Amino acid sequence: MGIEEKLPAGFLLSTVENVAGYMRKYSVWPATFGLACCAIEMMAVGTPDYDIARFGMERFSATPRQADLMIVAGRVSQKMAPVVRQVYDQMPEPKWVISMGVCASSGGMFNNYAIVQGVDHIIPVDIYLPGCPPRPQMLLNAILELHDQIQNTKLGVNRQEAARAAEAAALKATPTHAMKGLLA
Amino acid sequence: MADNPNAKPRHSGADGDPQKSESSFLSDLFAPVAGFGVTFSTMFRKVATEEYPEQKRPTQLRYHGRHQLNRHPDGLEKCVGCELCAWACPADAIYVEGADNDDESGQRYSPGERYGRVYQINYLRCIFCALCIEACPTRALTMTNEYELADNNRADLIFTKDQLLAPIQSGMLPAPHPMVEGMEERDYYQGKVTGPTPDQEKWVREHSSDEESAE
Repeated sequence: MGIEEKLPAGFLLSTVENVAGYMRKYSVWPATFGLACCAIEMMAVGTPDYDIARFGMERFSATPRQADLMIVAGRVSQKMAPVVRQVYDQMPEPKWVISMGVCASSGGMFNNYAIVQGVDHIIPVDIYLPGCPPRPQMLLNAILELHDQIQNTKLGVNRQEAARAAEAAALKATPTHAMKGLLA
Repeated sequence: MADNPNAKPRHSGADGDPQKSESSFLSDLFAPVAGFGVTFSTMFRKVATEEYPEQKRPTQLRYHGRHQLNRHPDGLEKCVGCELCAWACPADAIYVEGADNDDESGQRYSPGERYGRVYQINYLRCIFCALCIEACPTRALTMTNEYELADNNRADLIFTKDQLLAPIQSGMLPAPHPMVEGMEERDYYQGKVTGPTPDQEKWVREHSSDEESAE
């Protein structure tokens, strides 16, 4: 991403990781991106009653180029899918995605040909948030979970190591089609 | 606007010019900051924001939150594995697999004939409509007020039976154990069972020691 990726591992990097995580998690700007009814609850989170600005999200960025977080609020139709992907691609790194509501997370009750069965078919999702729609507190809870993730993000060499470890674990894991049992 | 030229001179003539000039002087003085009056007075008003993670506002009593599989007072499960909840679910979020209770081999989880061997709710499909609660014939499935369910992968949001079962209350015995002696299934629903009997406790003690020694 930047110069922090070039740092050597060790004490210095772990300190930088902590500071960078702290800075990043309290300066996340969400993109203004509502697809359906969940967007109403997302707007409610912006009101003084819940006040998303307490978590460093001072405003919903009207352009993806200034946004760090994409809250996919609502069902993603097949026709909307390329648009979602384009908005995601336009966001600068580092970026995160919250899949808000059951429709965005898995298709929800719309198990049909018109709806993408989970927005993670299109973009990588960091936090899945159930609910139909989730109440504003649930979205705040998801944002706090995301803060934890951001705080623990690795940088530089550590990031590469973490990515390698994740890849090795994924290769070793049983693929979904070979799973036998209840969660298959 | 046509009759204003007539009205205005009369008005200014009656009230006089000095007052008008005074008010315009004051309004000129405070005009740049007048809008901040609202902001300033708001500083002394009570904050309406819910301080969410620290102080949670309670939900309504009948809020549709996470599900719970209830137990009878002696610890046997209420779920009979009838799958009516799965049939009622508009989002196909519930998966149930029933099995027969078997007293001979010590596999009795619910009073009566059958129990829910597998019970899963996919919270990434569930829309919290509570049609499953309406469908449940034994009040085994109810909803709690818990709503903090966010997670970072899809598999962990499929809740299994051990996550959904109500915690063991004081006095309850964990599930596989025989029914209260002399009682039948109907008596459980008529509230005649109020807790585990000494015979059940003895059975559980014996069989838990069996399992421990077997392990």
